[in-house]
Amino acid sequence: MSTSYGAHADDHHGPEPGLLRWLFTTNHKDIGTLYLWFALIMFFVGGFLAMGIRAELFMPGLQVMDPHLFNQFTTMHALIMIFGAVMPAFVGFANWLVPMMVGAPDMALPRLNNWSFWILPFAFTLLIGTFFLPGGAPAAGWTIYPPLVLQGGANVAFMVFAIHMMGISSIMGAINIIVTILNMRAPEMTLLRMPLFVWTWLITAFLLIAAMPVLAGAVTMLLTDKFFGTSFFNAAGGGDPVMFQHVFWFFGHPEVYILILPAFGIVSQIIPTFARKPLFGYESMVYATASIAFISFIVWAHHMFTVGMPLSGELFFMYTTMLIAVPTGVKVFNWIATMWRGAMTFETPMLWAIAFVVLFTIGGFSGLMLAITPVDFQYHDTYFVVAHFHYVLVTGAIFAIIAGVYYWLPKWTGHMYNERLGKWHFWLSTVSVNVLFFPQHFLGLAGMPRRIPDYAVQFTDWNMVSSIGGFAFGLSQLLFVYILVQTIRGGERAADRVWEGAHGLEWTVASPPPYHTFEKPPRVTEAEAHG
Amino acid sequence: MAAANGGYYVPHGTKWPIMGSIGMFTLLGGFAMLLNGNSSANWIMVAGTVIIVVMIIGWFGTVIGESESGAYNAQVDISFRQGMLWFILSEVLFFAAFFGALFYARIYSVPWLAGEGAGGMMTGPLLWPGFEGTWPTNGPGDIGGTFGTIPAFGIPFINTVILISSGGTVTLAHWALKNNDRGKLCWWLFVTVALGLLFLALQAYEFAYAYGDLNLTLGSGVYGSTFFMLTGFHGLHVTIGVIMLLVMLIRSMRGHFTPQNHFAFEAAAWYWHFVDVVWIGLFIFVYWF
Repeated sequence: MSTSYGAHADDHHGPEPGLLRWLFTTNHKDIGTLYLWFALIMFFVGGFLAMGIRAELFMPGLQVMDPHLFNQFTTMHALIMIFGAVMPAFVGFANWLVPMMVGAPDMALPRLNNWSFWILPFAFTLLIGTFFLPGGAPAAGWTIYPPLVLQGGANVAFMVFAIHMMGISSIMGAINIIVTILNMRAPEMTLLRMPLFVWTWLITAFLLIAAMPVLAGAVTMLLTDKFFGTSFFNAAGGGDPVMFQHVFWFFGHPEVYILILPAFGIVSQIIPTFARKPLFGYESMVYATASIAFISFIVWAHHMFTVGMPLSGELFFMYTTMLIAVPTGVKVFNWIATMWRGAMTFETPMLWAIAFVVLFTIGGFSGLMLAITPVDFQYHDTYFVVAHFHYVLVTGAIFAIIAGVYYWLPKWTGHMYNERLGKWHFWLSTVSVNVLFFPQHFLGLAGMPRRIPDYAVQFTDWNMVSSIGGFAFGLSQLLFVYILVQTIRGGERAADRVWEGAHGLEWTVASPPPYHTFEKPPRVTEAEAHG
Repeated sequence: MAAANGGYYVPHGTKWPIMGSIGMFTLLGGFAMLLNGNSSANWIMVAGTVIIVVMIIGWFGTVIGESESGAYNAQVDISFRQGMLWFILSEVLFFAAFFGALFYARIYSVPWLAGEGAGGMMTGPLLWPGFEGTWPTNGPGDIGGTFGTIPAFGIPFINTVILISSGGTVTLAHWALKNNDRGKLCWWLFVTVALGLLFLALQAYEFAYAYGDLNLTLGSGVYGSTFFMLTGFHGLHVTIGVIMLLVMLIRSMRGHFTPQNHFAFEAAAWYWHFVDVVWIGLFIFVYWF
């Protein structure tokens, strides 16, 4: 290469003034902040829908809404929480943290990074706007199975295009994260010295690139079946509605690991900090993450045990699904072994992380129960499934996100959050979330189906308990917003190394870090390696 | 690698992405309105398309200008390369969804509808007695009516020869570029673009023939669905590839590329090889067997 580069004058510019800063920014911290705010807003939009669902289910009979609106609420709750809240929140973390953790100046492709974010508000305008169309929003469940979803009226095309846009956003974001990790690391940050959060995101990004285009293909076939006369999912034309389920879940199962692997990464950063011990079994964590990602591509039909598959298919998908418990077990073991004989303290992030380990494991166990094919014939499409995936997604993914926010908020804002209020938030949420979801196991085992607005009277008691827990959990999250705003606006100055036990490059820079973190590649000492 | 230069490259703020989002929103929102019967929505789609085209020209123009001014170091070059390869992988998986649908129909759903295997034990005899399940099929409901198929060793084979040859000519162009022989580079790129356009013209003729003379349409059951979705999306990707190569031809004529520094050319060539490989899959599984 030649010796002079005209662009260096650009290295030292600050943010643009006013609102244009957020529209035009190429800065990974600005974009991370946008992602996190977007995720928080969508968390409350999706949460509002959840409150509607729990209000309707408080009592048998129809009180709050008609069944069609209820179906719209369940469908949109899931789509918004998955694609609008959890995934953007994790991408927000990746934007803020990956460049700092690997010692890079910014993301590898900063303009593309801006686009990845700014597609999302438009995609969700298309999606949420369907509520105001004739026939309302999509109402066939987030799994959008044909033929039901194709009867959805005006919303189908809008929903399909919204999903296309989310997919484009996710793929571009994932490409950016992979390239940043593989190409932008400081020279001394070798692959096996990277913080585990970076490792989990590297593997997640790969899953995104492999899974999202398949979803795009699946929804494209829905679109052409409805509007262009194709017969992909029409048996009279030689197609098969079950084929959609195969294509959808080939995306859908990697998707659930997209929703949880970054959570594993966040928890693997927090637990060593407050146990004041290095992460137990760092390399086994890396290999376990990679194994989970690999196996996630060959388990998809465990969502379809009851559709009528050949016996060999049922057995294959049962065994592969159970196999996932092995690397996941390695992870849970390692988190516990990290805490074993550690000098433990229980600041707010640690409380959330420990709750994650315990409650996610409950969700993992119910997942194992669902993996057993003959047993699944009873559990399928009951509230047991709802309880299972809310344990892994709410007390799993969301708890890890909240843990991560408390853990890095002082780094991001330069202010300490209010520890007492943080603990209140934790205990209110943890108690209420179990009141919310644990009884749903009982409801499901007793035979209550999911996705219905009304139910037989014998399910009343546990539904009331669950709804009360739901309202309490929803209200508790308002406290979270209060704490966030309070911390952003002021508070005790945070030190560079906010937590005395924290290691990693992000703790070697100021709180908040300068607009461009590293002008030159930082050294990576042994103490800061492995984050 | 950046360390060798003592600095990193970080671009300024940019207006192109937000413009791209607005364009995408306008185009797709307009398309959705059109599909729902709002016939004047095609003007919204036109507006969206214009915004996207302006965005693409502006964005790539900015990047080309920065590249020509020497703003990019070796590390940026590697980021671009890796980004392009991952993008192509995502495209491969997009096609995989449709190939998956094709294989599922041929291996499972059509034989089951004809009564084969445990899956079809009741379906065939009870719902569709007399359905034989031979491929190609438009299903037991005879959706779209009787149709003919395109023989593999007619236009499709000629198109295979054309596309594989164009893969060769783009490599000849690359060799010429590495030998700093701009005349040959432009010539072989021109030949590649011409072959790509010839492929598209033959494909368009084939589609017109299928619709007009064979009654093979997108609505011809699962055969027509998989046939036109796979070949249609492939044709779209060939079109994009031709546009990329055309831009590379113009840039080559202006002398943008050096033997050391020509990522854009290589990215277009990789993309071209990708549509080539997808075509071979199409030729074998859609046309031939």
